[in-house]
Amino acid sequence: MVKYVFQRLLLMLMVFMIIISMCFVLVKLLPDKPAEQFGKDMALIEMRRAALGYDKPLIEQYGIFLSKTLFGGDWGVSETLYLGQDVWKVFMMKMPATVIVNVYTMLFSVPTGLLLGIYAALRKNKWQDHFISTAVMVFVSVPSYVYAFLVQYILCFRLQWFPFQMKSGYDFLSWDMFVSLVPAILSLSFGTIAGLTRYVRAELTEVLTSDFLLLARTKGLSKGQTIVRHALRNAMVPIFPMILGEFIGIMSGSLIIEQIFGIPGVGPLYVSSITSNPPDYNFFMLLTAFYTLIGLTSSIVVDISYGFIDPRIRMGSKK
Amino acid sequence: MSEKNYKDITVTASDFEMVPMDGREHDKKLESKPVGYFRDAFNRFCKNKSSVVAACIILFLLLYAIFVPMLCETTYSLALTDTNYLNYSKLPPKIEALGVDGCSIVTVNESDYYKLLGIGEETGLNPVVEIIKGPYDDPTAGPKKKNPTQYYDLKVDNYYNLGMMYLTISEAEYQKIQAWQNENKIQVIYPAITDAKQSDANVWYKANKKGAPTMSKVDKDGDGYLDFTNIYRTTTPSDTTYNSLRVPGDTNPDKPYSYARVTGTSSAKGFVVRVSKYNYFQYRYGFEPAFVFGTNARGQDIFTRLAAGARFSFMLAIGISAINLFLGAIYGAIQGYYGGAIDLCMDRFADILSGVPFMVVTTLFQLHLSKHVGPITALLFAFVLTGWIGMAARVRMQFYRFKGQEYILAARTLGARDSRLMFKHIFPNSLGTIITGSVLAIPGVIFSESSLTYLGIVNLESSTETSVGTMLANGKDYLSTYPFIILFPALFISLLMISFNLFGNGLRDAFNPSLRGNE
Repeated sequence: MVKYVFQRLLLMLMVFMIIISMCFVLVKLLPDKPAEQFGKDMALIEMRRAALGYDKPLIEQYGIFLSKTLFGGDWGVSETLYLGQDVWKVFMMKMPATVIVNVYTMLFSVPTGLLLGIYAALRKNKWQDHFISTAVMVFVSVPSYVYAFLVQYILCFRLQWFPFQMKSGYDFLSWDMFVSLVPAILSLSFGTIAGLTRYVRAELTEVLTSDFLLLARTKGLSKGQTIVRHALRNAMVPIFPMILGEFIGIMSGSLIIEQIFGIPGVGPLYVSSITSNPPDYNFFMLLTAFYTLIGLTSSIVVDISYGFIDPRIRMGSKK
Repeated sequence: MSEKNYKDITVTASDFEMVPMDGREHDKKLESKPVGYFRDAFNRFCKNKSSVVAACIILFLLLYAIFVPMLCETTYSLALTDTNYLNYSKLPPKIEALGVDGCSIVTVNESDYYKLLGIGEETGLNPVVEIIKGPYDDPTAGPKKKNPTQYYDLKVDNYYNLGMMYLTISEAEYQKIQAWQNENKIQVIYPAITDAKQSDANVWYKANKKGAPTMSKVDKDGDGYLDFTNIYRTTTPSDTTYNSLRVPGDTNPDKPYSYARVTGTSSAKGFVVRVSKYNYFQYRYGFEPAFVFGTNARGQDIFTRLAAGARFSFMLAIGISAINLFLGAIYGAIQGYYGGAIDLCMDRFADILSGVPFMVVTTLFQLHLSKHVGPITALLFAFVLTGWIGMAARVRMQFYRFKGQEYILAARTLGARDSRLMFKHIFPNSLGTIITGSVLAIPGVIFSESSLTYLGIVNLESSTETSVGTMLANGKDYLSTYPFIILFPALFISLLMISFNLFGNGLRDAFNPSLRGNE
């Protein structure tokens, strides 16, 4: 097991290095000249950029990037968006908003999804199940921004229960902040709940028809006992890694929802870093690294967690 | 029977019948037609009602996307350069056949209410459909205030509400409008107003300080009723070329109303005319303004714009799906067939590619290529770069499943080449999975495309091109005031996603009945 984890981690690091190097080269190949503007001292800017090594050959810049950025943790300063500010600091400032929205979303959608899925599986082929399955089909398909518009129109505009946008400020844990986040949480949750419900239902119905449940019933356990102790436990084996993976994956946030509800998170930072003119490459590199890392980690964690949850599964074992 | 003694039964030769010797009797030929793999799948698909409905909806949307831009696209739905379009912006949907009347409920103050009545009085197109409440006192005014402003809650026809506007046109255009007026007997140009300071083209009547027309006459009940006394320009008209329809009050041949203010030099004359927006539209496009889905903030018809966006989405998604199918099938076939070290290397390569977040891929392609090949091609490349990986994995699995089977061995023993084995013997077996996969990939592409265009990472908006995402982004600012601008694109994309998912699931169940229920 330890060997397997080690292998996977090494492989992940390798893939990460390759992707980052590729992106670095591609970004450096782009024309990167600060826009001339009245009141800007171009000579000064050039000097500053030269001091940072922007005029060196590509291979040398790559060396600097490796030693200073990847291992030193210095991602440089912003060139256009937050002129002169440390990219890493701005990034860390944006992080809490994204994290808080996604944590709330998970806290709401995971229990709801689990309960609905279990309920549908227990009522298989009855009207409750059909109702839930149809609803799930609709909610899985409809894009999250459509919910966002609906939520904004109905709850925020018509009923005026919630504000249109997230409250400004940094008191992320306060009640007011939570209320202002509810529309965003709801819009993010619908899709997650539907996906989870579908998955739980499929897994649980499969377990419910297996032989060992029949055995459990024959040896005298009540229906509730068999479901809680045998069916649910076994169904959880593939479900839990999925939740875990989703939790990490959701850290990267949803660009659109964050933009619609004015959440000052990582998503809008990414979008504005590339839509600004010229693009802010330092932010772009940092966020690329961030998104890549999130994606790779979530897949690894999912794989490894299988082994931990169910010791019968030996990850990476030979045939 | 049981009571009978079998010994009593005697069988003679005559009881037997000879087999006819003149023709050997064979097994009967199968009456029913043989059912092939695809026929079988089709039959199974037809049994799944929701998928059939979804397929019909997709077909309907596809036809909408193909034919509407071909047949209904006019300069009206395209051009952005003409500022006149802004005069027709944010009109709500109007379909008379279905009872959607383009009306909305508004609260207006006194002077605006009279302005609406004035439009009705002058043009005969009365925007005030119904007075729901009013007049009532300004609720924010204190109880002590004398003569507070009166308010009205009205049901207003937004199309008749358009009112008047000033246009500066050339002499040729002026003559053209007059000729059109004569031909169709519809008044477009209305007389100019005397008061030079009057900036609002809709106030053509004498009004007091509050904007209300003078109430001179009193009827039997003692209530004053409105008397719109016009303030049309009559003094020696500078424009004598007007020879078309005249408004009803214009009967004095000595002092005719002036229908245009002439500006500019004698060589380049400009005519400032007051036109009714509703009738001007009729003049320009030959039909009364009535937009099925309404118009957006720039005055473009949403119905045709959405069709253009839908056409783009479909074309992109189907194109990408086809390219990914092609690339993925070849890659996966080689991987699955040869296996071993080749498989491992190619798998690593696909792993690395799939590790790059899609957003980053798109961004890099946009930054690098969009200036050279255009944003659409750059978007296409971005989708293709990582899109084929899923398809390749699927094909690889299928190849692993089939390559060890006996019929492959038999074919190889007979001397079939590798390529023949791969594409003639194994590939057709995995066709069902592949078709399902590529159909299920289409909604994903449409979703990603609309998200990217919504965020503005990919910008496709121009006078002839649009995409659903851009329409959503443009309509977002008017969500609370003009929700129909965003409603139809959102409805379209939701409907499309739901139907594609249902359709894809139906296909998967049809091609692969053993997977049924494993969502």
